[in-house]
Formats: sequence, C-alpha cells, structure tokens
Amino acid sequence: MENLQKIANNMRINIVKMVHAGKSGHPGGALSCADILTALYFNVMDINKGNLNDKVRDKFILSKGHASAAIYAVLAEKGFIPFEELTTFRAINSKLQGHPNMLDCPGVDISTGSLGQGLSVGVGMSLANKLDGNDYRTYVLCGDGELQEGQIWEAVMSAAHYNLDNLLVIVDHNGLQIDGKNSDVMNVSPIGEKFKAFGWNTIAVDGHDIEAIIAGCNYAKTIKGKPTVIIAETIKGKGVSFMENVAGWHGKAPSDEELAIALKDLGGNN
Amino acid sequence: MGKIATREAYGKALAALALENKNIVAVDADLSGSTKTAELKKVAVERHFNVGIAESNLIGVSAGLACNGKIPYCSTFAIFATGRAYDQVRNTVAYGKLNVKICATHAGLTVGEDGATHQALEDLALMRVIPNMTVIQPCDGIETEQCIKAISQYYGPVYVRLGRSAVEAVNTNPDYKFEIGKGVVIHEGDKDIVMIATGVMVQQSLQAIEQLKEKGINPTLINIHTIKPLDEELILKYAKDAKYIVSLEEHNIYGGLGSAVAECLAKQCPRKQIFIGTQDTFGESGKPDQLLEKYGLSANKIVERIVNECKGTC
Repeated sequence: MENLQKIANNMRINIVKMVHAGKSGHPGGALSCADILTALYFNVMDINKGNLNDKVRDKFILSKGHASAAIYAVLAEKGFIPFEELTTFRAINSKLQGHPNMLDCPGVDISTGSLGQGLSVGVGMSLANKLDGNDYRTYVLCGDGELQEGQIWEAVMSAAHYNLDNLLVIVDHNGLQIDGKNSDVMNVSPIGEKFKAFGWNTIAVDGHDIEAIIAGCNYAKTIKGKPTVIIAETIKGKGVSFMENVAGWHGKAPSDEELAIALKDLGGNN
Repeated sequence: MGKIATREAYGKALAALALENKNIVAVDADLSGSTKTAELKKVAVERHFNVGIAESNLIGVSAGLACNGKIPYCSTFAIFATGRAYDQVRNTVAYGKLNVKICATHAGLTVGEDGATHQALEDLALMRVIPNMTVIQPCDGIETEQCIKAISQYYGPVYVRLGRSAVEAVNTNPDYKFEIGKGVVIHEGDKDIVMIATGVMVQQSLQAIEQLKEKGINPTLINIHTIKPLDEELILKYAKDAKYIVSLEEHNIYGGLGSAVAECLAKQCPRKQIFIGTQDTFGESGKPDQLLEKYGLSANKIVERIVNECKGTC
C-alpha cells in the first residue's frame, strides 16, 4: 500500500509539472483522482504491457476527459508511455492532447473531452463483454459536475436496464466545478440516492484512501445483476496546499513560483 | 425487387448480414419497427439493443460496442442521429475513428405527414463536414442491400441516409455492384447537360429525362450514392464536356451533394450549376409526392428548371 501511495504522489508531481510545462490544463480535477487511478491501474484492473493492445480486456474510461494529465501520469507509471513524453503535454505534435485521443496515445481506451459521453461508451463495452460471455470489466470515472449532463442519466438508466454488473462507475466527488461549488452552480446531490433510484448498487468511499477504493472495487465485483457506482469523496487539488478546495484551480497552470511550492508540498524535486 | 423503401431493404439486409457475421449488432432508440432494425431481432434477438428514447446514449453505446470489436448498426431517424446526437457522433465516434455504422432512416421531405420537425434536410451537410466520416445515400432497395454489406467490410464510421417511402428499383442490372465511393452512370445521354443525383432524386431524375426527351433534351444521369468520399474522377470525366451540371438532392441546397459537386468542379473544371434541392427552407406536412412537387423536387419541376435554366441547349 505504501508503494501505491508513492505512485499516486509521483503522479501528482507529474501532473503539476505537466500543467506547468504545458502552461495550461486542469490540475484540480487531475489531482483529485490520482489515488483512484492508482488503485485501478496498479491493483484492480487487469492491464499490462502484454494485453495493452487487446481489443477486449479490462477498460478504463476517463469520462471527465479534462483530467487528462492524471491519465497520462498513470500511463507513464505503468510504462505504457515514456516519462520524458509527459513534458510534451498539450504541445504541438504531442500524443498527449489537451483531452485524451485514443488514436494518438497508447492506453487511452476512448477519446473523451465533451462531458457526459464516457458512461454511454462504458455501457456499450459492457454489453459487448456480456455478449461474448467474458469476465472483463469496464471502469468509468465521472466528475461530479459532469453528472449535470443529461446523457449521463440516459446511460445510467440503460446500464441498470441491461443488468450490467460488469460495469463500475466511480464519481470523483470533489464538490467543485469551473464556476464554483456544485451546490451553487447546479446541485447534484444526493448522488447516491439518485443512482439507487435508477437501480444501481452504491458504495461511498474516501477517494484518497487507496485501500478503501480497492476494497470498494473488489466488493463491486461480488454484486450481481446490477451496476455499481462508487462515490469517492475527494478534495479538488489534493496534495497541493494552495490548490486544495479552490475552484479557481480547475483549469489554470501554476506559475514558476507556484510550481516550486506545489513540488515542496508533494516532496518532489523541481 | 419491386417498389421498396430503402429502410425496408436495410432491415432485411441487416438480418441477413447478422446471420453471416456474429459481430454484427443493432442498436436502436425506440424506433426499431420504423427503422427496421427489428428485422435483426427475428434472427438474433440477443444482438439487438434498444436504449429507449435516448439518442445521445444510442451513439455512445454504439461507440462502446465498436471499441470491443462489435460492428454496431445504430438507427434512429436522420434528424435525431445527426442533429440531437451531433456532438456524440463527432467527438466520440468520428474522432476515435470507431467502426460505427449510423443507418439513419426517415431522411428528407418524403417522411411526409410528420412534417418539418422530422424531415432532415441538413443531415448530409452535418455528416459531410466531420473528418473520418463516410457518407452514403443509396437510391433503391438493391443498392441499399449491397451497401449495408459493403460497409461491414469497411473499417470506420459511416453515415447511411435511408428513406421512409417506397421507391422504384433503379439498379436492375443483375451485374450491378455497389462500391463505396464509386458513382454510377444511370443514363448515358447527351454530353451537354449532366444530372448528378442522389437518393430518391435518382428516380425523379429518370422520370424527368423521359419528359425532357420529348422536348429534344437528353441529359446524362449519374447516381452519386457516396457523397463522401466523392467520386471526383467520374464527375470530372463527365463535367469536362458539359455545359450545365444539375445537382439533385432531397436536402437543403447548402452543404449536401450540390455543394460537394460544386467544390469538386470549382477546383478543376468550373461549370454552371443548377442546384435542385430544398431552397434553404423547412418542410411541412403532406404526402411525399405533394411535398416533392411543392418544394421543386418532382420530375415535373426538374423538367421546368432544366428547360428554363439550361439555355442554348434546347
């Protein structure tokens, strides 16, 4: 577990470095989901260099595509893309587009960026797995603000209708979106009750407790006949003192001075 | 094959294809009886997915199925597939170059009585401007049948525009072979007027030619079933000797076949072009034939336009 925390911390260091180097990006929501991605890629999901290019395997969908720095950081930790490439984030000719492009970047299972669309794709992948009778699972990470998109609820309804117990959604519930708090912009609460009303199994975890996230994902595997959502309570900007719980860090790059503070917070080198 | 709507031919072809290829699946949004994907249910019920009245999800679910190796044929009315779910088609399906076949029915004025809200007259334009997208409109049942099979053998996103109303068979030659991106010369007439039509306008054009012949005008007619990629080679070959090009589509004159032809000719062989299509207007309720007449797309109206506008050739 200590090792996984180290990976998550290293991801955070790379996230702030990437956004700084790219002079743009979305650090807040990438930092909030670093522990979730670590749990998925280093414990829960069956994904490695050997099966990376398989059409069918465990799949991950970053439905909140603006947190692209987080997926690039974890793909580098897995060795799917070289660490050196992270410095090209959002630059011209880079594989690391502002929002993930499946045709450019190995390990990106679907292109995302326009919010609300990833869960539908997850439903399609899960239907295909059911049809083939395999045991692969599909993992979808949604933002909490993203739940304001109507298409999410179309997908939520269809996943329950088709009894997709091979589909797991994790909501990165940091409570903030570009314009401020979810509760002020457009209230999404109560999230769990909404999913439950649609026929889902719901789990709540501390989204920065990697062990708890893994336990939640493992528990979800035992639930048959319906899809599961894990509502992960997180802190936007987690790990960087001046970014934590500040909506303004949704889509902004740190200055040189701010980067130095961030790296000090994370115990990384400049 | 007698008179049959292209959507009917689609349903039959899809069911036949599903028997041959176990990766074929259908996704529908509560219109399976109208779009005819219900035909697939008769042979492989487990491979038919209904997402209910939720077109955004329709496209997204199809994308997911394609990611995991299925060949989804997803259907709803053209107006919803291209309008309501445009962002999903662009950002999820086309950007990822996913193997999704969007077979949209009830395109154009010939939807009839449902009226303007259900008559897609912009869909060719919307799909044509999306990178990676192939855009096809078969003109009859025979062409539809072959098209539905051909697109399963092509990897990538395809938009197929299908109609509600029954149409006469045009490609009755037993050797007819549909090929994506290859136009078909339907009638080899004189070289000075070249009609380039798609979909139901192929039949209207053939009727118009019969009337025009009586007036001593005998245009050539090309069927362009693939609007993108456009068969520029064939169009240029015939445009070279033409004085007038007449483009014909059951679609707004902006952005569809007429525009595609004009773009092609402007680059290499500028010609005077007569754009037959809806003139930047919505449709309305009525019988298909009445609508074609009122909006200038019937054989009679085509004859009028050609006689009036192709001066010096009659």
